[in-house]
Amino acid sequence: MTLEVDDLRVYYRTLKGDVQALDGVSFGLRDGEILGLAGESGCGKTTLGKALIRLDGRMKHVGGSVTLDGQVLPIGDDVKMNPYRFKQVSLIPQYSMSAMNPTRKIGRMVRELLESRREKLDLDELHSRLDLVELPRHVLGKYPIELSGGMKQRMVMVISTLLNPSLLIADEITSALDVSTQKAVVTTLKGFRDRGFVKSMIFITHDISLTNQLADTIMVMYAGKLAEKAPASTVVNAPKHPYTQLLISSLPEVGVRYADKRLTGIPGNPPSLLKPEPGCRFRDRCPLAFEKCAEDPPPVEVEKDHVVACWKAA
Amino acid sequence: MLKLDGVTKVYRIGAFGGQTMTAVDDAGFEIKPGEVVSLIGESGSGKSTIGKMVLRLLPPTSGTISIDGRDVRSIGRRDYYRKVQGVFQDPFSSYNPVFKADRVFAMIRQVYFKGVPDKEWTAKIEAALDAVRLSPGAVLNKFPHQLSGGQLQRLLIARALLLDIEYLVADEIISMLDASTRIDVLNLLADLKQRGLGVLFITHDLALGNYISERTVVLHKGRIVEYGPTDAVFEQPEHAYTRKLLASVPQLHTKWEDAS
Repeated sequence: MTLEVDDLRVYYRTLKGDVQALDGVSFGLRDGEILGLAGESGCGKTTLGKALIRLDGRMKHVGGSVTLDGQVLPIGDDVKMNPYRFKQVSLIPQYSMSAMNPTRKIGRMVRELLESRREKLDLDELHSRLDLVELPRHVLGKYPIELSGGMKQRMVMVISTLLNPSLLIADEITSALDVSTQKAVVTTLKGFRDRGFVKSMIFITHDISLTNQLADTIMVMYAGKLAEKAPASTVVNAPKHPYTQLLISSLPEVGVRYADKRLTGIPGNPPSLLKPEPGCRFRDRCPLAFEKCAEDPPPVEVEKDHVVACWKAA
Repeated sequence: MLKLDGVTKVYRIGAFGGQTMTAVDDAGFEIKPGEVVSLIGESGSGKSTIGKMVLRLLPPTSGTISIDGRDVRSIGRRDYYRKVQGVFQDPFSSYNPVFKADRVFAMIRQVYFKGVPDKEWTAKIEAALDAVRLSPGAVLNKFPHQLSGGQLQRLLIARALLLDIEYLVADEIISMLDASTRIDVLNLLADLKQRGLGVLFITHDLALGNYISERTVVLHKGRIVEYGPTDAVFEQPEHAYTRKLLASVPQLHTKWEDAS
């Protein structure tokens, strides 16, 4: 196991109280595994991604542990976490456009970044990786503003993985890109894993169809909790959690027409996470809800590698 | 019928407007009442520019946009906006956060329905909210942050319906919404065409365009590369660009590797 997350709880401090954005999530990630993390806005997927690398000022580590390659990550301590960042855990940010220093040429920026980590720049390695993502080597002499959106995204991908981190977190990196660029980015990420630049990866997105192209395992979250986790094909073809089932059936695909087949959404909204009531958080929108749903459904492994948190599925 | 004929838009760019960039080049298509036409293209293809020109937020450099045979430039703006309205991508920035969300209705009333008595106006709002499947109690008298993105978008559509419009420009209206709610807004648009509403559905998402529209226009670098009935465009694309675009769409049940 590369990564082991056990009962992780991260809350946001607000004036009204704690928002329980991540409330007891446990999962593991094997060597070479790509985990697709899917869910609606506000389900805690970005919070989970951030919790593994850097908690911002409003976030509070309430409980649970994260173990990477046998070492417990001090995720609640910003300073102690520093030696792990970039070397063991790395992140591709959502907005690559604003991720690079606009006042430095890219080559100098990369060198300075590595020096700040007390690492030496291996120029040959950097060049070969630029070739791999089909960026010309002379981009190192350019300012970020001279690159197109897709090029910047690829450059940031190269920088993030330069020190061969054990875990790479990619948070919504394709949501601002066109479909053809999207495909190229996803294919490159897969290549990074296959070449061993990164050991394992968490790919965060709201687009399940895209996740399925890349991920080995898909984890669906709902309102700060794990709803379902299974191999990608199982989640797409035979989901067990009612939320996953409804979510998958609401996705329009090329070929589905309104005139032939009317898709339906899920009525209602996710609950407020400020003081959530105990019990299943999906029960107000769930067509299968019954009395037992007033109790918290524990995540149960119904088949091998297929975890579902629902009383009806177990 | 809303018709675009040879519409071109050239932007002046650079420090002193010294250079030009053609955003839309000789675009021509039409929208009939009761029909959804989707305008598909990648970023920078000029699809929003076309939407803005139809809404008269930008003047075309050359070419004409006409409605029922009349050049839109000969119609006063006030009258024009009773026929054509738009809804945009980001529901959260379409509202002023300081005011309650239903102020968008009050603003319409000030301009177009000054003499209408309160009772009649309330009935009109209720009818419009009913058409977009919102309950008045859930959305009226609330601030924008108290409503969900889907509710806000539907409020804006209701606002457009108050004016008995004939055409709606929907510019990426569901891109910011979650998967579980976006399909409801999409179904709503499809239902509205039964009322005779013509919709220009601007999107970068091919699956959504395919789901809802009768006809599809594919734009590439400002030029229309493919235009025709949706089935034909998606099943037998003639242009290489359309084929490439279709091949890149992530499909739920097929993987890219298997398809190629």
